[in-house]
Amino acid sequence: MILKAFENGADGVMVVGCLEGDCHYLTGNLRARARVGRVAKLLDEIGIGGERVQMFNLSAGEGTKFARFATEMVERIRALGPTPVNARRGGGQKEIEP
Amino acid sequence: MIMGQQKPIRAILDMLAPYDKIVLAGCHGCVTVCRAGGQKEVEILGSAIRLAREAEGRPIEIREVTLERQCDPEYVETMRPYLQDYQAVLSIACGAGVQFVAEKYQTTPVLPGLDTTFIGVTEKQGVWAERCQACGDCVLHLTGGICPVARCSKSLFNGPCGGTTAEGRCEVSKDIPCGWMLIIERLRNLNMLDNYRKILPMKGWRTSRDGGPRRIVREDLTQ
Amino acid sequence: MKSASRLERVLTEGHFAVTTECGPPRGADPGVIRKKGELLKGFVDAINVTDNQTSVVRMSSIASCVILKEMGFDPIVQMVTRDRNRIALQSDILGAAALGMNNLLCLSGDHQTFGDDPEAKNVFDLDSIQLIQLVKRMRDEGVFPSGKKIEGPPKFFIGAASNPFAEPFEIRPLRLAKKVEAGVDFIQTQCIYNLDRFEKFMDEVRKLGLHKEVKILAGVTPLKSAGMAKFMKKNVAGMDVPDAVVKRIADAPKEQQPEVGIQLCVESIARLRQIEGIAGVHIMAIEWEQKVPEIVERAGLLPRPQV
Repeated sequence: MILKAFENGADGVMVVGCLEGDCHYLTGNLRARARVGRVAKLLDEIGIGGERVQMFNLSAGEGTKFARFATEMVERIRALGPTPVNARRGGGQKEIEP
Repeated sequence: MIMGQQKPIRAILDMLAPYDKIVLAGCHGCVTVCRAGGQKEVEILGSAIRLAREAEGRPIEIREVTLERQCDPEYVETMRPYLQDYQAVLSIACGAGVQFVAEKYQTTPVLPGLDTTFIGVTEKQGVWAERCQACGDCVLHLTGGICPVARCSKSLFNGPCGGTTAEGRCEVSKDIPCGWMLIIERLRNLNMLDNYRKILPMKGWRTSRDGGPRRIVREDLTQ
Repeated sequence: MKSASRLERVLTEGHFAVTTECGPPRGADPGVIRKKGELLKGFVDAINVTDNQTSVVRMSSIASCVILKEMGFDPIVQMVTRDRNRIALQSDILGAAALGMNNLLCLSGDHQTFGDDPEAKNVFDLDSIQLIQLVKRMRDEGVFPSGKKIEGPPKFFIGAASNPFAEPFEIRPLRLAKKVEAGVDFIQTQCIYNLDRFEKFMDEVRKLGLHKEVKILAGVTPLKSAGMAKFMKKNVAGMDVPDAVVKRIADAPKEQQPEVGIQLCVESIARLRQIEGIAGVHIMAIEWEQKVPEIVERAGLLPRPQV
């Protein structure tokens, strides 16, 4: 899924999960973290960059925290620029309309 | 089952360098269980290859398919309707599957995306370990169900050697339990420690791969 | 007598035997072996030459033994099953016998991951116990494993190793029993620092009656330094170096540690000589062969018997 997002034109992917220890599915968020780690490594190996995917943990009520994470991520991705794939596709980054 | 691990993505991309239209074939058999070559792995690898190739300005078209098995002719045949439209097959089945596909499609290069490693078991999710060396002459009844060929690093039949560590590990690596310690422990639990006193004679390796590539023919089934 | 081995005569006549070990060079220079031989003349009954020990490539054991034989020694050829299949093993057994060798020590061998060629193919067609059986049959029945007659059977005094200290401890005497059953004539043990534990091992060995069927030579290695003691304690699989031993050498100032090591070795030999069932001592002075004469002398083992 994460890789498909990049194939479909994403420059970065944020994965959000519950706080560790608070998962409704008990260990779902831990497994997700392991998988995100694996995808990041793969993205490094193919030259896209593992820092373009990141997992964040928070609870449903932490709206401000979410906003902060999102801003952080957007800033980072903006600084990194388009993925090499997007660059080829004639890119520059597109701001997503709210 | 047969276990394997995907080759590093860079090695796979190097193999694919001459091609821009391939079939990526996985297998629902053993390699699915060891999470190396099943449908999920086909999808992930497919995306990764496409991203990598597009990033270097040489896009590649990939037809993704996961066959029931690649070691039986009827399943390999299912690719025939479309295979001639592709330049190569990247198979992430075990080595037997890769070869069988190559045999059935003589004019299409078939590339191995997996390094096939061993016959083994799932110790727990994510951990697979070797158990059998396919020696063709099983002695498990003499060693309490633990194979001296596969599980002793030196395949000793009258082990252990002098290198067993204080923790009961093999001298080769602390990740490997001493195979003969396991055998002795098991024989003890089965009240069969007398078996240990018997000297096991030289093994006949002819039934193993040492005797040449092997074949089984069942006359009763070939009709 | 099973062979023309000097070691066999020494042991059969009831003398306390002294053997030592020599590591061949990592090159083709025979001078290295000759120098080591010169140091040891008159101090030992036989010299082992190791066979690619720790899987590090060295001049072959048989070739090195020939050089020692030319100097008047009766060497002990060591043969591991790691590198050669049964065809090569039998061939080398015949060749070694033809070159006048009388002693053969049968070993499985260290795994090749320890050496410089970890990518090498693992042979282990046989293990050490099956090799003992093979040599015995060639010697006593004069036939190959196939049953075909050998024209000129090799007459070897057959040896093997024993490690009383590797796990599992209770199995080690049983494994020795297997080697005795396979037909071994003499045993050299791994080097001993824990004499209490070794005495327990020998209790079990005597209970099985093995000491009457095989000649056991106790292995000793002089410690050069506290560093060496600590290294061996921590890093060598199947080695037991008690804390008390490490302390004794570590408490000495650095320049006196070699002397403490030799003293410890000499004391061990004295204690080992008292153990019922010990027929000799095997001194493994790794890269310190020049100290062997002094150890033999201080242990009161000179002169070596004329047999």
